[in-house]
Amino acid sequence: MSARLLEVRGLRTHFFTKAGVVKAVDDVSFGVDRGRVLGLVGESGSGKSMTGYSIMGLIDPPGRIVAGSITLAGTELTTLGDAAWRNLRGNRVAMVFQDPMMTLNPVLRIDTQMVEAVRAHHDVSRDAALQRCREALVQVGIASPDERLLGYPHQFSGGMRQRVAIAIALVNKPDVIIADEPTTALDVTIQGQILHEMQRLSRESGTALIWITHDLSVIAGLADEVCVMYAGRIVESGGVDEVLDTPMHPYTRGLLDSVPSRNTPGRPLSQIRGMTPSLLALGEACAFRERCARAVDACRTAPVTQSIGTRGVRCVNPLS
Amino acid sequence: MNAAAAPLLELRGVSKRFERKLDFAGRLARRMGANLRETTVHAVDNVSLAVREGEVVGLVGESGCGKSTLGRLVARILEPSEGERLWRGQPYAAFAGGASRRERLAVQMVFQDPFASLNPRLRIADIVGEAPVVHGLVARRDRDSFVAQVLDRVGMDASLMRRFPHQFSGGQRSRIGIARALAVNPRFLVCDEAVAALDVSIQAQVLNLFIRLREELQLTYLFISHDLGVIRHVSDRVVVMYLGRVVESGPTAEIYARPNHPYTAALIEEVPRIDARHRSYVPIRGEIPSPLAPPPGCHFHPRCPHAFERCRVEAPALREIAPGRLSACHLNDIPRS
Repeated sequence: MSARLLEVRGLRTHFFTKAGVVKAVDDVSFGVDRGRVLGLVGESGSGKSMTGYSIMGLIDPPGRIVAGSITLAGTELTTLGDAAWRNLRGNRVAMVFQDPMMTLNPVLRIDTQMVEAVRAHHDVSRDAALQRCREALVQVGIASPDERLLGYPHQFSGGMRQRVAIAIALVNKPDVIIADEPTTALDVTIQGQILHEMQRLSRESGTALIWITHDLSVIAGLADEVCVMYAGRIVESGGVDEVLDTPMHPYTRGLLDSVPSRNTPGRPLSQIRGMTPSLLALGEACAFRERCARAVDACRTAPVTQSIGTRGVRCVNPLS
Repeated sequence: MNAAAAPLLELRGVSKRFERKLDFAGRLARRMGANLRETTVHAVDNVSLAVREGEVVGLVGESGCGKSTLGRLVARILEPSEGERLWRGQPYAAFAGGASRRERLAVQMVFQDPFASLNPRLRIADIVGEAPVVHGLVARRDRDSFVAQVLDRVGMDASLMRRFPHQFSGGQRSRIGIARALAVNPRFLVCDEAVAALDVSIQAQVLNLFIRLREELQLTYLFISHDLGVIRHVSDRVVVMYLGRVVESGPTAEIYARPNHPYTAALIEEVPRIDARHRSYVPIRGEIPSPLAPPPGCHFHPRCPHAFERCRVEAPALREIAPGRLSACHLNDIPRS
């Protein structure tokens, strides 16, 4: 397990609000290798996006990384200064957001925005930068890049905008791309196209991909490995087949069982009772125990991650 | 079920066009010779649909296909540009006036966004209780006990009725939206992406609520969603729309097992599934065209792998291809070898 491209160990990102400390990310560890796709799954408030932001160095006060390490090819990221971050971000790690309108500047042409991204990190001429932009656009399946480069974001459809956002993330050939729900706002047929491009890219260019989503079925088709998050912690991790075929954590099991396509049509869906807990009120105990059918007394103590082969499960009473 | 009886709700050749008139500057510019025209969107184009009592009809399609507009036409939020809407065999227009208020209340709508569809300044008791009091279904002094009953029916604690919407989670807000629709004793619910904004575990709870309410109150649903997994789970029959037109309809199991229209087939193929691992996506080409300028002929032809000359000029009619199944595709005219 040593020397993975990106390695996160014991990461804790907390937000110090007036109402109390919100443990958005609480002791999260995982790694990803070159050319592999890691799926980070969880419901809203599970801390999956904050994990991504922590890796990108995008945590603003009142939030702070209070413990843990993030290493990219051996370089520790949590202690980097602003200048070093500026050099790294967008160059070796890049992020794609859910809403491409948030990433693109509506008053600048696509070429201006893309060339800026290249020249911020590389001392090249505008023409050389444009050439790179064209290549990146072709890579994400945009047919006529020269025309598109001269357009403004509002002239693009939602799917096209997301392709441009992905192309900007790709343009400096980063080691890692973090994609935060990039296809959630898109239609099914367009989502299919983008998943297809991303899959090909990570295979061909060796870029490691961290795919953050709430949708288990997207992960099933795309990812090699999966981490399931609940209330700031990774509750289960492992190869995508293992985790989805034989889930060990009751939460993973509950999530899989509540997907409509796995249930008999027209019959009530099996559901997880209750609601996700407030991150303010979390103690050391397992955050899922109130909703869990397998809860025992030992759940009141902080569960540690048990390793079973290549899998990890954070539960004192896992499913066998 | 008696097949001869009139369907509970029927649409006949309903169309809805949205026109954007030119503003003063635009009209002036046109006078001066500028090539400006009023723009028209055919949101719903000649759609016929019948829903029998007790049936759940799923309406699927991608953004801009007109499924929400169709839902609003059914729920009387919009008036059609053309065509007829019938309730138990009688035109909607016959229900004007105070006497048939009850009939008009029979179709209610549950909206997509549980955040935007509740007034943030009203307490839950007002949100749920307002309509039944206004329509004289419940006396004002009995309002709170009535609201308590309705909240209980959707699985919410009645003691919460003095709270405001922002004090609730997304799943609870969905339940409040459903309670508001149920408060006037509807027979028919139009559910427009009613579970789309919810997390998986909460979505399952709300879907179960819809399934339970249907049994308890003998409700009929028009369930609008872009999520084919949800539609497959709740519907008896599926209607697929593309750019304002119905392209295929039929019983759920048959549509999913043997889609006839190339668009339906592509949609079902593209849906990510848990049991489809490490798959190689073979995406369907192209973008969804703008409804402002739909392609001629069959709207789907620019993206269709089987398109031929006729598809580019002639719009295919929706025809019966098997009992209870309709499809609009020219390929059905070509004898299969």
